Amino acid sequence: MNTANRIGLLVMFVTAVTWTATTRADGHRYTASDPAWKAECGSCHIAYPPALLPAASWRALMSGLDRHFGDDASLDPATRDKITAFLEKNASRKRKLIDATELRISETRWFRHEHDEVPAYVWKNTKVKSPANCAACHLNAEAGDYSERNIRIPR
Amino acid sequence: MRRHITVLVVLTGLSVIAPASIAAPADFLKTYEAAARQEAPGFAGFSAQRGAAFYKTTHGREWSCASCHTQNPAASGRHAKTDKPITPLAPAANAKRFARADKVEKWFRRNCNDVLGRECTAREKGDVLAYLMSVKK
Repeated sequence: MNTANRIGLLVMFVTAVTWTATTRADGHRYTASDPAWKAECGSCHIAYPPALLPAASWRALMSGLDRHFGDDASLDPATRDKITAFLEKNASRKRKLIDATELRISETRWFRHEHDEVPAYVWKNTKVKSPANCAACHLNAEAGDYSERNIRIPR
Repeated sequence: MRRHITVLVVLTGLSVIAPASIAAPADFLKTYEAAARQEAPGFAGFSAQRGAAFYKTTHGREWSCASCHTQNPAASGRHAKTDKPITPLAPAANAKRFARADKVEKWFRRNCNDVLGRECTAREKGDVLAYLMSVKK
């Protein structure tokens, strides 16, 4: 094996380890970030991780920001396109779990499955208010950390 | 020579951009005043009292400004739907408010649409801003 091959193997190994560490170590941590996404999507609600919806859903959602679940969340075209590209690039690839026509993360099969042990009264708690309010229970949601360890259901 | 021209172009560019990107609440008031005169030649100045009423009441729909920003604009609010905390709106309580034209126009556009179902007039924006500027910390 020559040096070039060795270096090539090493690069592949490091890439694989890094990939495993960032995407697999805990399926409930999301690291993809972008300043415009964080600032704009995060101004009325938590900036939801792009991996929670497929690219087609993000595209549809971003093309109707002036009627965003009943509210006007319109952006200037340049910012909108920049954020759309980021969302598409980091979107979910789990086609079986999320229907590509779904726009509301909390209505996806994946979300309902993940939250199937949460009793109905929790959702009605005024401190929770809405399933859109991730940070009510996921203490570090703002940092993309949705791990089991950092869940506290408010009383 | 070429370098001098470049410097000159850059400086001229900055002087044009700077006032638009970093502004004071009073700068916005001036802009709205000019626009309000265009809207109505009989325009007789903004009214903080009218702005307060506009801020606190609903306009034929579900929300008022106070629904998210609370009855006291110097206090922190919460988004009526998502419950996300909102920093105070009154400049006396939050120096970041009414400091950037792009942000101010973005939020007036969105929120007027949500509260009134249309854009706000320059007079309405000026009245609300006059009210917000009158609010003490």
